[in-house]
Amino acid sequence: MDIMKDSLVASGAEMVTVALRRVNLDQPEDHLLSNLDPKLFLLLPNTSGAQTAEEAVRLARLSKASGLLPAWIKLEVTPEPRYLLPDGDATLRAAEILVKEGFTVLPYIQPDPILAKRLENVGVATVMPLASPIGSNKGLRCIELLEIIIENSTIPVIIDAGLGKPSDAAAAMELGADAVLVNTAIATAKNPLLMALAFKQAVEAGRQGFLAGLASTHQFASASSPLEWLSSL
Amino acid sequence: MTPSKILADFDPEIAHVLTHKKYESEHILSLLEKERLTYEDFFALVSPSAESFLPQLAARAQSLTLSHFGRTKQLYTPLYLSNVCINQCVYCGFQVKLQIPPITLNEKEIVDNYRYLSAQGFGHILLLTGESPRFAGVDYIERAIILAKHFFPYVSLEVFPVSTSDYERYAAAGANGITLYQETYNKVLYSTLHPKGPKSDYFFRLEGPERALLAGFRQVGLGTLLGLTDWRLDGALLGLHAYLLQRTYWQASIQVSFPRIQPISAAPHDIFPVSDKALAQLICAFRLFLPQAGLTLSTRESTDLRNKLIHLGISHISAGSNTRPGGYTRGSIEPGQFETQDNRSLSDVMNMLIDQGFDPILKDWSTLFDSALKTS
Repeated sequence: MDIMKDSLVASGAEMVTVALRRVNLDQPEDHLLSNLDPKLFLLLPNTSGAQTAEEAVRLARLSKASGLLPAWIKLEVTPEPRYLLPDGDATLRAAEILVKEGFTVLPYIQPDPILAKRLENVGVATVMPLASPIGSNKGLRCIELLEIIIENSTIPVIIDAGLGKPSDAAAAMELGADAVLVNTAIATAKNPLLMALAFKQAVEAGRQGFLAGLASTHQFASASSPLEWLSSL
Repeated sequence: MTPSKILADFDPEIAHVLTHKKYESEHILSLLEKERLTYEDFFALVSPSAESFLPQLAARAQSLTLSHFGRTKQLYTPLYLSNVCINQCVYCGFQVKLQIPPITLNEKEIVDNYRYLSAQGFGHILLLTGESPRFAGVDYIERAIILAKHFFPYVSLEVFPVSTSDYERYAAAGANGITLYQETYNKVLYSTLHPKGPKSDYFFRLEGPERALLAGFRQVGLGTLLGLTDWRLDGALLGLHAYLLQRTYWQASIQVSFPRIQPISAAPHDIFPVSDKALAQLICAFRLFLPQAGLTLSTRESTDLRNKLIHLGISHISAGSNTRPGGYTRGSIEPGQFETQDNRSLSDVMNMLIDQGFDPILKDWSTLFDSALKTS
């Protein structure tokens, strides 16, 4: 628990997501919640474990009713327990209900640019597409689709799941993502504290790289001879 | 073809060849690199040829467990509700022939035990009974589930197999998971070991997990009783069973347990010893084959071995277990189903986990997920 708290601070994280299924919402002194300082981070409850839209909606309502957590919800609807891939259809239905009920909704999705726009249209606060399957540490395997989501989005895009290395986080930020969500890579590192710091620096470097305007990767030779005839036309 | 039918028809000769033939070292090493294993690959990993690569197998298992479970370890507690049993499993401490004092907890005793275990901090209870329609039948178990849900978010059952409609009753009462050990996948041996009673029906038992899944359960646990026969063969078919269920029931979480038989002096029978090394090989092979499956190790195993195996592939462990009916609150003297080897309390086990860098999880479920039988 101490390692977790120190790592959270070192990472510079602004939001920390908490699995509602693991907290005792009827106990204000809940072990997990009492160890996270809401003044340091925005606590973002998540619906992990929900297999249907209905379960996710009920869990979000329970969280809000408890008064222990903000009316923000990281919406996760994962019908299969192995890869925990989100169900886009059910996520969209749940998002629509929760937005209407006044929640700030942050949905976890597969990198589907159409779904991202549909969610944007129902009023979610962000979209959180996965970079590669959760826990895989494989990095930006779905980069082409993530680029389209970022290009088209008018709301923040948070890259969630699969970022295994600080360089993956830097690369995601260079694409223009607004934030990343990282757990496994830090939690399972030999030195979580140092890894948290490394991710902080990578996110900052990637963001600065994006803001600075990355140089094009295409190297055009300037006025190379085969093109000279064009200027005499 | 349902998973059970495929499994029942699977030629044991083929399984024997694939789990005992000589594999080239290069082949075994290539499996350690492979991301998705076929069941033939898994059979090779439980073979004697893979034994000499146990350190490499263990390293891979450890890294996969870390990827898929992080540092979390799930904790649960078993509660035996009744030791009355009409079956005659020749290896069991509860079999009818042993004439142990029959004990079936009444409601007050059940609730006393729930209260005690819940106060310890457990959020997952596993309810166990023998098979006795008269003393602890479906009505009794259903009632025990309903009572348990007042204390525990997650309730699982290790009881005799029932029909789909009875499993629906359990699910509607709030049960979340079932564990049903096939004991052995050797049909001939199965008949010898289970000569009388309802348990003598091999296929009814084999199909139990599928009926439970059809009835709305989200989690089923499988196992063989290691030591009844050749562990490589039984372990291989256990893996195939888990794999087939996972493929068909893609929304379910399939778990596997590794109970090694604890000899009951009153019930002598042949034992095929399963060494610690063999158990480690089997667990690691399972982790490579089914990277996301929950793998369970109970207090049948020693403190020392459990401390070691949680580093390799084990994700779920029990703590402070008592295998006598209501043994947590009754000063009982009659024998349990087996003797526990790891007698540490829950807090001792939690401290050990934290010392070793793990994150013990007591609650991993919301009762809002209980709406079994819903259309999903």
